[in-house]
Amino acid sequence: MLPEPTLNSYLMLSAVLFAIGTAGVFLRRNIITILLSVEVMLNAVNLTFVAVDRFRGQVDGQIIVFFVITVAAAEAAVGLAIVIALFRHKEMLTPDAFTSLKW
Amino acid sequence: MDALLFWILAAGAVTASVLVIGQRNPMRSVLLLIVSFVALAGLYVLLGSPFAAVIQIIIYTGAIMVLFLFVVMLLNVPTEEIPIGRAARLLGGAAPRRFGAVISAVLALELFWAIGRMTVLNMPGGDVKPTEVHDIGVRLFRDYAFAFEATSVLILVAMVGAVILARKEPR
Repeated sequence: MLPEPTLNSYLMLSAVLFAIGTAGVFLRRNIITILLSVEVMLNAVNLTFVAVDRFRGQVDGQIIVFFVITVAAAEAAVGLAIVIALFRHKEMLTPDAFTSLKW
Repeated sequence: MDALLFWILAAGAVTASVLVIGQRNPMRSVLLLIVSFVALAGLYVLLGSPFAAVIQIIIYTGAIMVLFLFVVMLLNVPTEEIPIGRAARLLGGAAPRRFGAVISAVLALELFWAIGRMTVLNMPGGDVKPTEVHDIGVRLFRDYAFAFEATSVLILVAMVGAVILARKEPR
């Protein structure tokens, strides 16, 4: 029989997902994959909000999740626009290629 | 039953996220991330938050990931390239990446340590009663009305900014 999930198991799961996201930001060398890793981190935080919401029997966490998803949409739109602009300049997606502030 | 579903969905979300990080092809990363998001939506349903699950599916997997897919297809860069030049090697060479890996491992250990020290808190027992969307709506439009309106301004600014950033500059 599997153990019943406690609040701690949900928090642990979201910590694992957050750690995976940070590792992706540090290790990947493709701007798009780095943005995807940021999305993984945002989702880990959302899971924490929803789990604590269920634990306390409130709805505030779900409202915060709504705002986080909206901000994630804005972030993705602006981030991808910057990716397209960068790709136009250097024909590359490696963040290490963009070492100069001016060109 | 709920316990089994939790462990299956958790394993699915973690596996898919690890594979997202492990892929060299951004196309596969995006598709695997959708799998991870759907598993998380299942967890939200288990937690009795159908509203969060539905907006997760509609906005995250339906809108944001499609945006990512569009950009990946538009740019058509299948794999990561080797960085060239001295400055690039200093920033992205083996040593800085190893340093980054150590930092993220330290962060993970800190999080596990902190959560491991917590007393075990059981979820409220009994059947999961889903939160009413009605309650969320009342809270959202009464107590969080200002934040809601501010969000609309944020979306507008992001939209205009994205159009200006991605526009071809007239020469």
